[in-house]
Amino acid sequence: MQSVSKQQKAPIIVTPNSFLAWIGKIFLIIIGLLAAYILIINLFDKPYLFAQNVINGLQLGFVYALIALGYTMVYGIVKLINFAHGDVFMVGAFVSYFAVERFGLHQWPLKVFPGFDPFLSTAIGTVTTILLAMVICVLLAVTIERVAYKPLRDAPRIAALITAIGVSFYLEYFGLLDFVFSARFIPYQRPFEVVTWYIKDGIHLVEAGIAPPDGAVTISNILIIIIIATILVQIFLQYLVRRTKIGIAMRATSFDKPTSRLMGIEVDSVISFTFAIGAAFAALGGVLYAIAYPSIRTLMGVYPGLKAFVAAVLGGIGSIPGAFVGALIMGQAEAMTSGYISTPMRDAIAFSILILVLLIKPTGIFGEPEKEKA
Amino acid sequence: MKSFKLLSVLVIVAFLLTACGGAAAPKELKLAVLAPLSGPVPTFGEMTRDGALLAIEEWNAKGGVLGATIVPIVEDSQCTPDPAVNAANKVVNQDKVHYIIGEVCSSASIPISEIANAAKVVQISPTSTNPSVTVDGNGLTKAYIFRACFIDPFQGQVAAKFALENLGAKTAFVMSDQANDYVKGLAEFFEKSFTAAGGTIVGKESYTSSDTDFSAILAKIADAKPDMVYLPDYYNIVNLATKQAKEKGITAPFMGGDGWDSADLDKVAAAGGYFTNHYSPDDPRPEVQNFRKAFETKYNKTPDALAALAYDATNLMLEAIKAAGSDDTDKVKAALEGITFKGVSGTITFDASHNPVKSATILKVTAEGIKFDSVVNP
Repeated sequence: MQSVSKQQKAPIIVTPNSFLAWIGKIFLIIIGLLAAYILIINLFDKPYLFAQNVINGLQLGFVYALIALGYTMVYGIVKLINFAHGDVFMVGAFVSYFAVERFGLHQWPLKVFPGFDPFLSTAIGTVTTILLAMVICVLLAVTIERVAYKPLRDAPRIAALITAIGVSFYLEYFGLLDFVFSARFIPYQRPFEVVTWYIKDGIHLVEAGIAPPDGAVTISNILIIIIIATILVQIFLQYLVRRTKIGIAMRATSFDKPTSRLMGIEVDSVISFTFAIGAAFAALGGVLYAIAYPSIRTLMGVYPGLKAFVAAVLGGIGSIPGAFVGALIMGQAEAMTSGYISTPMRDAIAFSILILVLLIKPTGIFGEPEKEKA
Repeated sequence: MKSFKLLSVLVIVAFLLTACGGAAAPKELKLAVLAPLSGPVPTFGEMTRDGALLAIEEWNAKGGVLGATIVPIVEDSQCTPDPAVNAANKVVNQDKVHYIIGEVCSSASIPISEIANAAKVVQISPTSTNPSVTVDGNGLTKAYIFRACFIDPFQGQVAAKFALENLGAKTAFVMSDQANDYVKGLAEFFEKSFTAAGGTIVGKESYTSSDTDFSAILAKIADAKPDMVYLPDYYNIVNLATKQAKEKGITAPFMGGDGWDSADLDKVAAAGGYFTNHYSPDDPRPEVQNFRKAFETKYNKTPDALAALAYDATNLMLEAIKAAGSDDTDKVKAALEGITFKGVSGTITFDASHNPVKSATILKVTAEGIKFDSVVNP
């Protein structure tokens, strides 16, 4: 019987048809050249507009990077695509909304100590708000993991994947209820004011009601905060994974779960910890995204979540630097599409990237070829 | 037991017969008000009912119409086709009304209009904007169906006129969601009217309803430097786009349609913008102020556009009955077609498709709130 089953398995290995592969490659090269042509023409036509689009893309890309980290880490360790991740991102934004709008948490130092420096008060208050959002999302993610994923750890992977989609829908449509977050688009009150500068012959402040001169490029404080926060997170993660005991445990678990367990690693807590870390960064991303694009609703996590997922696949799912690079590429692809083709096309382009990556290099930019364990 | 059932059926039938007989007596004129008192938009329904009932009360105080007292029959049509059909069948077949005010939602007004038109009952919808309310599938006007509000694309036309004449704009940039018929209709009519009157559209960009990042479009606007930006979408998109525009230092005023009219509109972000609407309670015209005073005295709340349009629709109907001089719906419909009626929401005449030709109100958004700006005639 055994030999029969082996014979049946053998033909599954498919050799790519070389002729079709060539047609595909030529097609891709043409598309790539076309894209490069459009970009170069526009770069020389209006360099300042091009620079502005790059900056817009950076803002999106760095937020996607924060979300993509959660996808990639969870996949790396349990081989599960946690589709509820985008909704954890949404919950993070809502926690900060309630904290700021209802409780004024973003100004607590000034309330507790009257006469506190207003700038410091806002800074400390905003960090507190973000930390609160992170803590609540960590609790949420760990609960989801315990309730929905842990019982399925030994089940086929497809079962866990479908459960993840179920959890995602549950969070979205539970949030849609009137007594939870409601279906409205809620104007988000920012914890601090966004300040914009324009760059032309030096850096100047954009003042209300006065348009910046022709050819100026604008940047805002939120862009700078998003970039700094994401880079800090990257450095922290590199340190965590490479230099700490829990990091070693995570890598060991990702490599070989049963052996790790034999070596005395508490695999279940390592997995929970991974979910927690991912959720914390998603919460940070949610708050920063809501500050940058101040309108929130329960379905706000769907598209950023899916695009971050594409970014993680593009970078090589399971790879932390891959998620970062993939997210930056996604941000630029979107900004350039909406800048030079049309805004409604950008989602189409984003998901075409997913299809192309899966067709050409399913392991992504930094991914290693996966060894399927028996 | 069986005989009891039979008896109760007989009693009910007898009761209904007497009720019908009583209603047919002279000196009473029945007017049905179909409004969504439950369902997705109950606040719209309440305002509509209150506006219509106020108009009927005022007519009755003056001695009714054609010497008859006006009896309102209010039914809940729930903004949904099925309950709307039931309500329409009830008032048409059972109460034998000849006149219907309603519904608020196009989705309910369209099925009601089919029943009303077949039964030769005159219907005026106060607020349904879908063209199919008054026009059937073959493009023919339904003879007995009218509406009191202007249809959506008309706002684009008025906005173009206001931008050219009052704002002095020569160039405009249009932002629109191509998947949304309301937004698309307004944007197309704006463009057509703006260019026809000598303006130039310097750019057009579309987005999708799930977009939150408008930076690429705004970068193009900053580069094109138009005199104004037309963004006829709902408040959620307007909040995001105007906020991001302010941050990019864009000073051109934004303008839109009645989708902006929401308590959730971010007034600080949209400050300096304008939008077209059916009515404003701050309009200084005496018709508006008298209506507002009467409404506030009776209901202790400020009337919104729904109340104003329901009030106008009811007055239109009664005015037409008075002009026709009889309870014959053919004559009433002819009277409506030729009417010039000075209402709260503007002076109304009807075009061939039974859509009103009337003025629109322009509102200005300021950080403190939404203010009446002016009235623009088409």
